[in-house]
Amino acid sequence: MPALRIENLKKSYGTVPVLKGINLAVENGDVVAVIGRSGSGKSTMLRCINGLEPFQEGTIEVVGHKVDQSRANLRELRKEVGMVFQSYNLFPHLSVAENITLAPRVVKGLPLEEGSALVREVLTRVGLAEKAHAYPDELSGGQQQRVAIARSLAMKPKVMLFDEVTSALDPELTGEVLKTIAQLAEAGMTMVLVTHEMGFARRVATRTVFMHQGTVWEEGKSEEIFTNPKTPELKNFIAPDLK
Amino acid sequence: MAYEMNFAPVLARTPELINGTIDTVILSSQSIGIGLTIGLAAALLRVDGPKWGAVASATYVEAFRNTPLLVQLFLLFFGLPYMGIRLTANEAAIFAISLNLGAYSAEIFRAGLLAIPKTQVEAGLALGLSRLQVMRYVVIIPALRIIYPSLTGQLTLTLLGTSIASAISATELTLAGAKIESQTFRSLETFLVLAAIYITMTFAFRLLYWLIGLWLFRRRIPKTGTAAATLTLPREVKS
Amino acid sequence: MIQSFGWQSVQFLFHGLVWTVGLSLCTFVGGGIFGLVFAVSRALGPKWLRTLVAAYIQLVQATPLLIVVFLAYYGLSFLGFYFPPLAAAAISLTIYATAFLADIWRGCIEAIPRTQWEAADALALGRVQRLRYVILPQAFQIALGPTVGFMVQIVKNTSVTALIGFVELTRAGQLLNNMTFQPFHVFLTVAAMYFVVCYPLSWWSEKLKERKHAGTAH
Repeated sequence: MPALRIENLKKSYGTVPVLKGINLAVENGDVVAVIGRSGSGKSTMLRCINGLEPFQEGTIEVVGHKVDQSRANLRELRKEVGMVFQSYNLFPHLSVAENITLAPRVVKGLPLEEGSALVREVLTRVGLAEKAHAYPDELSGGQQQRVAIARSLAMKPKVMLFDEVTSALDPELTGEVLKTIAQLAEAGMTMVLVTHEMGFARRVATRTVFMHQGTVWEEGKSEEIFTNPKTPELKNFIAPDLK
Repeated sequence: MAYEMNFAPVLARTPELINGTIDTVILSSQSIGIGLTIGLAAALLRVDGPKWGAVASATYVEAFRNTPLLVQLFLLFFGLPYMGIRLTANEAAIFAISLNLGAYSAEIFRAGLLAIPKTQVEAGLALGLSRLQVMRYVVIIPALRIIYPSLTGQLTLTLLGTSIASAISATELTLAGAKIESQTFRSLETFLVLAAIYITMTFAFRLLYWLIGLWLFRRRIPKTGTAAATLTLPREVKS
Repeated sequence: MIQSFGWQSVQFLFHGLVWTVGLSLCTFVGGGIFGLVFAVSRALGPKWLRTLVAAYIQLVQATPLLIVVFLAYYGLSFLGFYFPPLAAAAISLTIYATAFLADIWRGCIEAIPRTQWEAADALALGRVQRLRYVILPQAFQIALGPTVGFMVQIVKNTSVTALIGFVELTRAGQLLNNMTFQPFHVFLTVAAMYFVVCYPLSWWSEKLKERKHAGTAH
């Protein structure tokens, strides 16, 4: 059973179609990069996967949960599917440790005394073990984003979704975040990343999906996609990066 | 002007004034407790509820914000018996003042809820929190921080507004004062003393709100309430 | 004399409504004039004047309007002035409105960034000219929404003068209730009449606030 299966996903805002029948399957351990221009629907598709965005047609199944509008069902799904956002979205009134333990505590009933071990574990994975007691506004953008990744990891997700997680960062800070994600990939995490970092997609992703006009225009092994694009649209899209 | 101020007859009634003050504090506290609960519920219903709930909440808020408290008091105290509901003056006063504060605080709470970026809610949901848990752990404190000055300002108006309950003879300070005035004929002195007591009470309550604020917001919160969202705006409109 | 609630009653209440609106307008004009002077003094006056105005605002905002009304009506008459209810009502409401409008408008004046003063300075405008041409017009823009919102408070708060016997809408309702013994009909109609006056103002105020979205005002 694939970790994620999307079949004939269609979504429109009013009369404007955004997704026009997406099909995609992600196996356990896959790292899938989703690339494409702004407006191609890639972020919308990602947000459909954990039910943040309702859709009109098609089916999505993630780690055994069908995405529908039942709130209880969505909660079960979100316990196992982590998401990291472009704007980090840390909770400003909570310390790093509290950001990390909030969901494990109130959603999974993690006992208080196990909290600090969990915090240490996930912060070590993102290389920020010493920041447990800092508050979000004391951290750089890159550090905040790594904390957001740690917060997501604390729920022990089976799949992680990354929504343009470096787009809001200054170039000198993207590196540390990408490195963290690459380490997760090596450790075997199943991931879907919407990204503008072509080099990163090529290096880290096992597969790359090119979205164009609300459809999966071309997909394949990352190496294939970048060295041997078949459609002119994809060629055009990645051309500047090849120079 | 030949008038000579004489506070002695008024001050001789100090025990009544103290009782009136206590009654006013009780009436205010009860109304504030009930009113804020109503207000928060109405705000949540408006922002996050089903369509009918939002309409009901908005209707309630507009009805109570656009009519005088005194008329609300009269309607509840004199009018409700018509529908078979008979309230004592004190009950009608608590009821009316709570509903009045509920309507005002609903708007304040709503402004606070809307000031929290949607991305904060999404981050909470994506972690598997329920909508109520998102409200409780993610939204309430930062929202409260933003609206705290206007909320406490409204609570001061509520405290002062309780004086109007004397119009239906609910027991509170102004009623006590009116009785003293009618028996001593020392009007100016009586109402000056009342004013002084209300002013003292107002400042005491403000001090209390300030202390509560210190406790509520003892954790650091950046002034904007939402560091991440305001510091870095997305560079592009996302697909 | 017992009569039943009917068209005549509505007409009677309508007379009260006219007085309510009249008193509200007086209050707004009086409170507006003093409020502006106080606001400018509070924001830009010499230190002693700022302190004085601040104390006035603090004290009035910490006193129930009803007590201010009683002081004006019962209290001052003992000093040798006799104020008829209308005068006592207008004076006390003006005292009250002055404090709140001064506070609102001070906030609006102070919301104008320092750089605007400097820019006006750089153009060699005088002290009064800076206010007249640069600061107040901008402050006015910000103030419009909250000011209209406060007009709603004025209209509603004129009802308090019913308690010194000034026959405006609420007092008319009380009188009518004594004649008809139909409090539910009477006070519901009274409430509806207030609503008809206040709701458009509230709505307009919200629209103005949305347009300006000035934040700091209020």
